[in-house]
Amino acid sequence: MSENMGHLVKSYEQELKRLADLMAEMGGLVESQMALAAQAVVQQDGAAAQRAIEIDPRVDALEREVEQFVIRLLALRQPVANDLRKIVAALKITSDLERIGDYAANVAKRSLVLAQFPLPYSLTGIAHMARMVQENLKAVIDAVSETDAAKAIAVWRSDQAVDDIYNTIFRELITYMIEDPRNITPCTHLLFIAKNLERIGDHATNIAEKVHYTATGEVLPETRPKGEQSPYAGLGHP
Amino acid sequence: MTRSPMDANALRMPDLAPADVVAPRIMIENLHFYYGALEALKNITLALPDRQATGMIGPSGCGKSTLLRVLNRMYDLYPGQRATGRVMLDGENIISPDADVNILRRRIGMVFQKPTPFPMSIYDNVAFGVRLHERLPRAEMDERVEWSLSRAALWDEVKDRLRASATGLSGGQQQRLCIARSIAVRPEVILLDEPTSALDPISTLKIEELIDELKTDFTIVIVTHNMQQAARCADQVAFFYLGELVEVGPAAQIFTAPRQRRTQEYITGRFG
Repeated sequence: MSENMGHLVKSYEQELKRLADLMAEMGGLVESQMALAAQAVVQQDGAAAQRAIEIDPRVDALEREVEQFVIRLLALRQPVANDLRKIVAALKITSDLERIGDYAANVAKRSLVLAQFPLPYSLTGIAHMARMVQENLKAVIDAVSETDAAKAIAVWRSDQAVDDIYNTIFRELITYMIEDPRNITPCTHLLFIAKNLERIGDHATNIAEKVHYTATGEVLPETRPKGEQSPYAGLGHP
Repeated sequence: MTRSPMDANALRMPDLAPADVVAPRIMIENLHFYYGALEALKNITLALPDRQATGMIGPSGCGKSTLLRVLNRMYDLYPGQRATGRVMLDGENIISPDADVNILRRRIGMVFQKPTPFPMSIYDNVAFGVRLHERLPRAEMDERVEWSLSRAALWDEVKDRLRASATGLSGGQQQRLCIARSIAVRPEVILLDEPTSALDPISTLKIEELIDELKTDFTIVIVTHNMQQAARCADQVAFFYLGELVEVGPAAQIFTAPRQRRTQEYITGRFG
């Protein structure tokens, strides 16, 4: 797909550029929110947690700005083809980014609670998971700004590893809780943190799907690589 | 056979490739067209599906209007212009010298960019073409005129002044009158060459609604510079560039995910 040829109407070209800038700004904020949240949990860094939480309103505001801007573009420019795909994808991607921001803020909030408990075990598993999610998030945000289908597919595929490690952490935390009921409160918070990280990974794959559609015009199959479903075992879940 | 409105809607479903599901009314095969030494159409192969609208888009000079002129042999009037290849309508090659041009033009009607009412009454404008081909008793002719004007969504506006001069109608009404005139001879195919480019937005929408209506009985080919119009009216869209057919596909596919880079650059306004 040719992206290098500019639009004949310069103001339209500038508007598309502005949309890309807004997306990049939002992506950057969410990426740092995620990094701060991970740091807050793994290094029990309260200041990082605060900053992750403080970023959230700006992310929300950007989402609303993109939404307004997209509606305006649709009404005034009647975009088609790759422009249309890019503009509609922007709307959906920013809503995924906003959710990611929420999950990151939630991770940060729980890290503050977690800091009040003695942790009798290592956070290596969570740290590893956070790093994987962070890498996927960074890769997918790069894919957005470059409209890179190959990069998007790589993220889409690699989410399986995130799901797998989530399942491992889930089992590990259950074991701690069974061993000593005093672990239940911190482990529940950790469980939610792991779940939030897993959800961030899912939203990153959603974004990857939108990037792929933007770049190629083709929709990725509905079934993406999924990790095993063991956390649901015995819960009557399908 | 008349198609129900429901079927017409079903055919606009984006995942259907109209050309694949509907038998072509006209099949253009390896068509070349020359204005003297200039090759204006290069090896065009294109199916025009029965009772669907095919939109032709492309920059000026791309060959889309030339193709319309070939479809009703208008080029016959000019020496030095010639076509090779085949344009099949019901098993007959309409560009072969043996084809009867008069019969062809009854089967394939044409509406032009500027409304072209004859300087006569509204009634006579519609009856004019019919009289060339058929000798109808008065009552039947009245019926035919009413049918044509109704199908062209003009009847209610003119039924009380059928004897008034057609030149007194508004531009949009005149264009609908021209459409009534072309459908009065009951053609199979209607060619529209930028039918709304001289009309205001409301008249334009009326013509577009009319095209939608006419698809139940006729095969439509519309040449337009207005991309949104092609998107709104056409089931399949063909993009021409420098005499070549670059891409043809369902309108929904062409306007969301064109396969060819040149199509994409043109419809998004990156060249033209």
